Amino acid sequence: MRHLLSTADLDHAAAVQLLDTAEAMAATQRREIKKLPTLRGRTVVNLFYEDSTRTRISFEAAAKRLSADVINFAAKGSSVSKGESLKDTAETLQAMGADAVVIRHPASGAPHRLAAMGWTTGAVLNAGDGTHEHPTQALLDAFTLRRHLRGGEGDLAGVRVAVVGDVLHSRVARSNVHLLHTLGAEVTLVAPPTLLPLGVGSWPCATSFDLDAVLPGVDAVMMLRVQGERMNAAYFPSEREYSRRYGLDARRLRLLPGHAVVMHPGPMNRGLEISADAADSPRAVVLDQVTNGVSVRMAALYLLLAGEGSEA
Amino acid sequence: MSGTWVLRGALLPDGTAADLLLRDGTLAEIGAAGSLDAGGARVVDADGLVALPGLVDLHTHLREPGREDAETVESGTRAAAAGGYTAVHAMANTSPVADTAGVVEQVHRLGRQAGWCDVRPVGAVTVGLAGSRLAELGAMAASTARVRVFSDDGHCVSDPVLMRRALEYVRAFDGVVAQHAQDPRLTEGAQMHEGDVSGVLGLTGWPAVAEEAVIARDVLLAAHVRSRVHVCHVSTAGSVEIVRLAKQRGLPVTAEVTPHHLLLTDELVRSYDPVYKVNPPLRTAADVQALREAVADGTVDVVATDHAPHPTEAKDCEWAAAAMGMTGLETALAVVQETLVDTGLMGWSAVAERMSTAPARIGRLDDPALGLGSHGRGLVAGAPGHVTLYDPAAPTVVDPAAHQTSGRNSPFRGRTLPGRVVATFLRGQPTVLDGAMVDREPAPEPAAW
Repeated sequence: MRHLLSTADLDHAAAVQLLDTAEAMAATQRREIKKLPTLRGRTVVNLFYEDSTRTRISFEAAAKRLSADVINFAAKGSSVSKGESLKDTAETLQAMGADAVVIRHPASGAPHRLAAMGWTTGAVLNAGDGTHEHPTQALLDAFTLRRHLRGGEGDLAGVRVAVVGDVLHSRVARSNVHLLHTLGAEVTLVAPPTLLPLGVGSWPCATSFDLDAVLPGVDAVMMLRVQGERMNAAYFPSEREYSRRYGLDARRLRLLPGHAVVMHPGPMNRGLEISADAADSPRAVVLDQVTNGVSVRMAALYLLLAGEGSEA
Repeated sequence: MSGTWVLRGALLPDGTAADLLLRDGTLAEIGAAGSLDAGGARVVDADGLVALPGLVDLHTHLREPGREDAETVESGTRAAAAGGYTAVHAMANTSPVADTAGVVEQVHRLGRQAGWCDVRPVGAVTVGLAGSRLAELGAMAASTARVRVFSDDGHCVSDPVLMRRALEYVRAFDGVVAQHAQDPRLTEGAQMHEGDVSGVLGLTGWPAVAEEAVIARDVLLAAHVRSRVHVCHVSTAGSVEIVRLAKQRGLPVTAEVTPHHLLLTDELVRSYDPVYKVNPPLRTAADVQALREAVADGTVDVVATDHAPHPTEAKDCEWAAAAMGMTGLETALAVVQETLVDTGLMGWSAVAERMSTAPARIGRLDDPALGLGSHGRGLVAGAPGHVTLYDPAAPTVVDPAAHQTSGRNSPFRGRTLPGRVVATFLRGQPTVLDGAMVDREPAPEPAAW
């Protein structure tokens, strides 16, 4: 694996290898000393053009537990705010010897450009690009599902997952559709028609506008964050109507099969896409997702920088 | 370099071989192949070359004044000549905007000084392209630039009342409003064609209906006020259908398509390479096929380049930050050959119509009274000596670094196109010969033809 840009680039074997490696990394995190010497002497740059405390810290923790040197580069207040281009920034980091660049960028495709143009020779990890993809989020979601539903082994064949909410603007949804499909799961996207992309019919998943009809048949429901800035763009009439039609509340929680889990990539809008009842229920695995994120990112960095594996 | 020229044994658009004699700025005589006595004339062996009337581009961005880092009138018209063009219409979105007589006269003058082809400025429809009040259309029409085409290209004249007034107003001097059809609300933040690919890539979509709705409105407005409307860079099958229906009803609408919309699809955007970022965006394969058929059957009148050079840094970045636009002057004819001629959809006579006669007619460049070296009159004895010689059997790998334009943003880079321009004659004198630029004094321009 040279870069991790999109879950669409992962075949079944590569995806399972990542999850298995994450499981091995998770095992090390139960030790008294969590730090491994694996990436000693390697430099990982967190290049964040968007605010994202949770993802950045997760990557930082992952890199540090592998003994890599970590440089955090936030665009805000940096040379970027003075007009420096992505190319120049990347070449600067390259000159400083970055072995891997973890990039979060508001523009879809920015990590692809970084990887394709030779602006850096290091590995590129997509930590979320625009409304395109967020592959490590999908990997940690799959890891969490595998632990809860498959005992932490194998793939997700036959697992039924509903992804609910603002699919149109969700990089999490796109990455999950690819990865869950690759792992054998059956995905149903549930959203108002205004929040489904025009071409969603060509995606490897089903779609529905009716959350109540979908919930009884799933093993997991993954709620997506409704982004506040969408409110004024007429994607739906009001918060109240959205919450009534697509929010996960106590009543809908009871529609789920007994074993089903509730997921959310965070941060949650309590009372909008998810009620406190649902968010705090024993079915919710939101904090497990956060914990698992570190293991998954350790696995990704390990496979990219330790020279193992093949091109993905 | 001056004098008399004989183009020996060229293939005319109708497929017959002929000699063409260029003398005193005119296409003085056409005879059977090998029949014309060269006398003291210089001879170009045109065996196997297609002779076309000098090409006319209805849609070129020359960038000067204001963005000379992207292109100058000099470099842009060199590119035009290299592409076989003898006249171009220079779009108004310069800095300052070409919305006054002063700016259009400046562009016109720069074109004459450069001398590579005739430059016909396009005037802005609205002040500063802002879409709020009409520019001084009459002053631009009456200026030495004799503006007849008005466009806010890059922006849509979206206000229906303003569009109506513009259409009405330009009737006074036989002008035409060239609309960039793009509903602004339906395309807020749009980055590529809205469809399967945009959904996967997470790029905001530019829906076909945003173009089609404006075209439908404009042809009805034009019919209502009995004025001419021209649709810039039609890009969707639905737009073609609207133009076709309008023409069937006899409405005064003409339309153009770009070479890149005849060849490229939105699938290329999967690379996130900004060289494919353009407005309107690359559409689907079905749209491409519909556009080709529309050019062939005459529904679309013109192939126009929408040549849009940008400095390297405007494209050497992430997709969202990149400028929209592609260069096109130097590759247009070869793309037309590949997409329309080699596919059997149309012959060279139709190419001459779509790339010379029709654009000149729409821009009123065929009007001797305008005194701008009449274009689009075809290859007939007595017409101005504007001739393009094209070799349709010279496959060429596109190398933007070798182009005359300052822009390197060709979407065809590395692609093999089937032919190349061998020579371009402007008023009987070569601007390009043996595929190379001919440095010389600008040819004198008669007052009228």
